[in-house]
Amino acid sequence: MTLHETIGAETESRQADPRLSGIIKLAILAVGGQGGGVLTGWIEDLARAQGYAAQATSVAGVSQRTGATVYYVEMAPQKPGEPVPVFSLMPAPGDVDIMITAEMMEAGRSIIRGFVTPDRTVLITSTHRALAVSEKMVPGDGIASSDEVMAAAEIAARRVIAADFDALAIRNGSVISASLFGALAGAGVLPFPREAFEAAIRSGGKGIDGSLRAFAAAYEVAANPTPEVAPVAAVKPESKVQGPARLMAEWDRLAARVAALPAPVAELALPGLRKVVDFQDLRYGAEYLDRLGTVLSRDDAAHGWVLSREAAKYIANALAYDDIIRVADLKTRARRFDRIRAEMRVKDANVLHLTEFFHPRAEEIVGMFPARLGAKVVADPKWMARLTRWFDKGRRLRTDSLPAFVTLHILGGMKGWRRRTLRHAQEQAHLTHWLDTALAQTTRNYDLAVELIRCRRLIKGYSDTHVRGYAKFDRVLAATARIAHREDAADWCRRLREAALLDEEGKALDGAIRTIDSFA
Amino acid sequence: MAERSFKAEVEHLRKGAGDTFTGEGILAITKALLENGVGYVGGYQGAPISHLMDVLADAEDLMAELGIRFEANANEAAAAAMLAASVHYPIRGAVTFKGSVGVNVASDALANLASSGVNGGALIIVGEDYGEGSSIMQERSHAFAMKSQFWLLDPRPNLPCITQAVKDSFELSEASNTPVMLMVRIRSCHVTGSFQTRDNQRPKLSVKDALSNPQSDFARVVLPPMSFAHEQDKIKNRWPAAEKFIRERQLNEVFGPKTAPVGLVLQGGMYNGVIRALQRLGLADIWGNSQVPLYVLNVTYPLLSSEFLEFCEGKDQVLVIEEGQPEFIEQQLSTFLYRAGSSVKLRGKGILPMAGEYTGQVMLDGIAAFLKEAAPHMLPALIRAPNEDKPQIPDLTKTVPIRPPGFCTGCPERPIFAAIKLVQKETGRLQISADIGCHLFGSLPPFEIGGATMGYGLGPAANAAFDGGGERRPLSIIGDGGFWHNGLSSSFTNMAFNKSDGVAVIVDNYYSAATGGQDIMSSRADNPTKATKHPITKALKGIGIEWVRQVDRTYDVGKMRDVLREALTTDTPGPKVIVASSECMLNKQRREKPLAQQAIKEGRRVEAPRFGVDEDVCTGDHACIRLSGCPSLSLKKLDDPLRDDPVASIDQSCVGCGNCGEVADAAVLCPSFYRADVVHNPSKWEAKMAAFRTKVIGWLQSRRAARRLDFGGTA
Repeated sequence: MTLHETIGAETESRQADPRLSGIIKLAILAVGGQGGGVLTGWIEDLARAQGYAAQATSVAGVSQRTGATVYYVEMAPQKPGEPVPVFSLMPAPGDVDIMITAEMMEAGRSIIRGFVTPDRTVLITSTHRALAVSEKMVPGDGIASSDEVMAAAEIAARRVIAADFDALAIRNGSVISASLFGALAGAGVLPFPREAFEAAIRSGGKGIDGSLRAFAAAYEVAANPTPEVAPVAAVKPESKVQGPARLMAEWDRLAARVAALPAPVAELALPGLRKVVDFQDLRYGAEYLDRLGTVLSRDDAAHGWVLSREAAKYIANALAYDDIIRVADLKTRARRFDRIRAEMRVKDANVLHLTEFFHPRAEEIVGMFPARLGAKVVADPKWMARLTRWFDKGRRLRTDSLPAFVTLHILGGMKGWRRRTLRHAQEQAHLTHWLDTALAQTTRNYDLAVELIRCRRLIKGYSDTHVRGYAKFDRVLAATARIAHREDAADWCRRLREAALLDEEGKALDGAIRTIDSFA
Repeated sequence: MAERSFKAEVEHLRKGAGDTFTGEGILAITKALLENGVGYVGGYQGAPISHLMDVLADAEDLMAELGIRFEANANEAAAAAMLAASVHYPIRGAVTFKGSVGVNVASDALANLASSGVNGGALIIVGEDYGEGSSIMQERSHAFAMKSQFWLLDPRPNLPCITQAVKDSFELSEASNTPVMLMVRIRSCHVTGSFQTRDNQRPKLSVKDALSNPQSDFARVVLPPMSFAHEQDKIKNRWPAAEKFIRERQLNEVFGPKTAPVGLVLQGGMYNGVIRALQRLGLADIWGNSQVPLYVLNVTYPLLSSEFLEFCEGKDQVLVIEEGQPEFIEQQLSTFLYRAGSSVKLRGKGILPMAGEYTGQVMLDGIAAFLKEAAPHMLPALIRAPNEDKPQIPDLTKTVPIRPPGFCTGCPERPIFAAIKLVQKETGRLQISADIGCHLFGSLPPFEIGGATMGYGLGPAANAAFDGGGERRPLSIIGDGGFWHNGLSSSFTNMAFNKSDGVAVIVDNYYSAATGGQDIMSSRADNPTKATKHPITKALKGIGIEWVRQVDRTYDVGKMRDVLREALTTDTPGPKVIVASSECMLNKQRREKPLAQQAIKEGRRVEAPRFGVDEDVCTGDHACIRLSGCPSLSLKKLDDPLRDDPVASIDQSCVGCGNCGEVADAAVLCPSFYRADVVHNPSKWEAKMAAFRTKVIGWLQSRRAARRLDFGGTA
């Protein structure tokens, strides 16, 4: 064995070596593919160029495709001739000076792991979200709360520097590693001048100009943090309604009817009216307001008009159902073409090809039939099989080409036909049944009526998904009916609806219904 | 060509005496091999030593100049078997693979090698894949050293120590005629630092020259009675020789004061973590000078009784810091003390956890707890009686979602799993076994396909019990890497020979993709030193499997589903094998993106595809995501008071692979998706026609717009 004598160790002293406080410990938490390795390389090169001893490690590994990755750098001043300090190969809870996280939930993860502590850690985080699969696949809204993470960060960190460094990088034609490096420089937590940071980028090689732009922009954000102004409950000014005078006159009449509604109801009734008129026509808009009027007559100010407010929202959604005509109309509007050209950054010299993916089933085709004929066809398996054979296949339409565009343009213009279709009859019947069911509760259990109205949220999607949505809607309503007499029925109805939105197969809903069965 | 190129870094490998090398641990090891006159190298890729294989491949020219042979071995067994060259010839050889799984595969060859003994230095560099970032079961390679009796080095994790360990290993191997395994942990592989270089050495005898003078000695063959003699030789000669070398060359190190009531015994790889804990306890300075004696085992097998007992002299208690389980070292050291009749108290597992990585916190808590009991006077008052008032940090464990690795943007494997998910909706749930590789991500949400993996190349073999068939056929999945590693023999001949009724899907993405995109037999790339472009289907036909279907574009979800359905329902007896081929998108983009940008610059016609979602058409059900999980397909909350749920949204990282459109079609989802192909540098005629079409379309649009109310908005 090799013997190493302790150099100048005073066994009496039990104080930590003061030089240890000179070690700067910096950890980076990123999502695989965000360039955490590049950022680590820059930091390391920067430290060495400034006469520091530095050591970096990572567990990026090849198994970390799109998963959470961690990088770790330690650095300390080193005089010529001095031995290299012993650095740790991994961050330890409570022992990190600078925590850089390249995504909001990764900031949360760094807090969970104890790498962010109030006595020492400066947390530099991008506030943007790269949603995890578990958040995205929920049929409802499964997105984790960034606010919770931010609130925890304010408590856990000595200082927080937070901004959307991803968007900032993209705006400057670069990637997030460059903007985070800029934020690190701007935060002033490393004892190195700005030029030294930029020199590290320059010696790196690729995409230097973009990196420097993103670096500079992020530097400013981190160096001069503007107190974040809480977004004033942004009531988006409704864009102006325009059109031929004859239609405008009628629109103004309808808009006046909305304005006469109680304020909380009008707030949703106006976008609702816009939606249904855009979907069909002004007469349809008047019918919408009539339906809403029925609800309003059962409602009162004492309840804050909650029922009518919810009805304003969900009746509009139910009236503007997703049929072939609506999709064809939306797909052929000029505004859509403009939006796509902007999103895809199509320049004048480019040509844009646009391919749509349609897969109509027999049900959608029959839905376009006149109601009575359609009902007959639906009831006839032979005819349905025939229609399936004829129509049920994937169709790719090039909407930049004339034949496909004209086809969709014509379909999108068939609003006059819509009211006669089987689909319309079905939607109207469903709407009526749902409203009647809900309104029947208003006098006995107002809250339950509100929850029943809200169950309309379950119906969405197309084809299979749509069918499944209907099935869940029916099951929730049926289960609620069994316990409608209970005082807590509204609460159960809400729970059932939330369970139905948790997973595709309805496992959570099954569980909730079993619970109800146990006491119903 | 591998995912990461080390061509630039490889130039540093030419550095000579007096130079300083600064870089990653992996490169330092390569440099040390060259400095120590290695004659041949090989191995099989896998984290954390994938990059070592990539460095070696990129350094092939340099090695050829030095007369060194490099093999990208078919698997770890082949790599270990290659060390046979060092049995008879005085040639140094080194191979590398990941531990413990690579060592599992190699163990047959390693056991024979260890029995035969070696003449030239034989070095196995094992990337120990344990703890955070690991992708395998948590086991130790240590056990293999013990069972086959080869020596195990676990150096302190800094570049000078790691490169010194390479030198020591070769010399130890030659001094004791025994192969040596050098263990480097995940973080050591990627740790950066500097060391003083020496000149590269040509091997004293090259493998080429050895062929001119072949040697053999039946005493080295593992056959009775020589095998019995090997065992005796190990115990009577090789082991003592190793102990002598380790002791004389002082491979293990002792730090700190000579006299103290307590001491720490640790694996070399634990050194930095232990020092950090001591630093935080005020017991070590910035350079690691410790006030607690340390016995650092840079050689963790064999252990030296006399050296250990010497360290224990005058101490009341020692703490063994040994990561992983079982606690082989602690057991051996306890035996040493017991046999010596020592009264020194040995502590280890118990104060430190039996299982799991020894992180900074674990180390700090363990060492502090030990010292509190064994030598409380050494600790600062604060740690003896902590009185901290920490603020309550809100618990985020329920908020922050897990983020396991998954398929990359545009991955060609995603549509295969979408198709399997769709076919199961028709057939009912299937018995599915999987293999090792990227495709194993299919077992995670949103697909949740496949419930077991038994090892590399063993996916279909893992379904062998179900080969006889039943109401529904069993399905197994294997990658092209696994197919060539071991799958052809262990899985497919097994299926063919046993007349399996099962279905196997071979995911052929043109590379050993999960390990970093190395070429394999069926890769489509031209490789100057390797034979590529050997179709998997040909190999399958060669072993007598008749029902083979080749799908050349996995993104065709409908076709994938139909072929799967056919395989699951056909009357044809025997194995049903589908080879699903599309190039790994990570590698494809890396290759094609610069070419496309160049072409655009040069004025050539280029179509750039990308997908988008019409948010007014999307109803926010997320069915598409449940058949995708693509990082570029995400959600967006709309600024619309009438909408409750976020809608699908595709960001600019989309590579236009086509999965979204295919899935929307095959699963009959919704018409929200569209594909936009931006044509750069269109021909004049093309641009003219497009302008005409745009004019007509614009006229139709404004005509309709003039007859209706316009509400603004996005549509």
